Amino acid sequence: MNNTRLAVPKTAKKDEIIEIKALIQHPMESGFRRGSRGEVIPRNIITAFECRYNDDVVFAADFFPAMSANPFLTFYTRAVESGTLVFKWTHENGEAWTDSAEITVT
Amino acid sequence: MTLKTDTLDLTRRGLLGMGAGAMLVSVTPLAALAEEEDLQAAVRKAFGNRPMTDEKVTMTLPPISENGYSVPLSVRVDSPMTDADHITQIAIFSPRNPRPDLVRFQLGPRAGKADISTRIRLSGTQRLVAIAEDNQGRLWRGGAETMVTLAACVIL
Repeated sequence: MNNTRLAVPKTAKKDEIIEIKALIQHPMESGFRRGSRGEVIPRNIITAFECRYNDDVVFAADFFPAMSANPFLTFYTRAVESGTLVFKWTHENGEAWTDSAEITVT
Repeated sequence: MTLKTDTLDLTRRGLLGMGAGAMLVSVTPLAALAEEEDLQAAVRKAFGNRPMTDEKVTMTLPPISENGYSVPLSVRVDSPMTDADHITQIAIFSPRNPRPDLVRFQLGPRAGKADISTRIRLSGTQRLVAIAEDNQGRLWRGGAETMVTLAACVIL
């Protein structure tokens, strides 16, 4: 199931600073909410995100329960060479999701 | 058995006065102080007692957040983002959420610019703090305030 959305430019000039948007569909249940019968809804969150550009980590984030559902990030990176950007989200239980985008740098 | 109100001096007027006094003392300032203390404790845990400068960090929040479950947050740090001088991490803290840590970003010279946007949950009107650390270990601080009409966590 494709539960992620990426926005990465397909082409860029060398050393151009490019904008990247990454979203994953996930409830990010904080563990602080209660259901209709007063029971605590168990915590269920993604805690780590990283973006690798040809295997180099260029951006990473630690998520806490304050992240909204379907966590969404906009950040920047310098286009250094053609290749692949790999995005990885890791749940606190160890489950992980990845997505990737190709970029051509001229 | 009789109530010895005279020894305790529990008159109606006295009780009202005590109640009003207690409310004045406890409700506003102490609660705000406790929240501020939670935030400071989280900052100390992350960065220790190092000095910080209120410069370079610009946080943007909407003046009014109609929905506390999804508040757009952006944080930008003035930095050349070169190998010699760049931001390594940015952490966001809240005085009023159940947990003071909101999110932490790690970046480096490859970022090109230190400018990040995301969406967060806020359980009430508050002033958030962002702390950025550079590669020389210097800390920079900034903040922004937002009024939350529908708080996250409080309601279902």
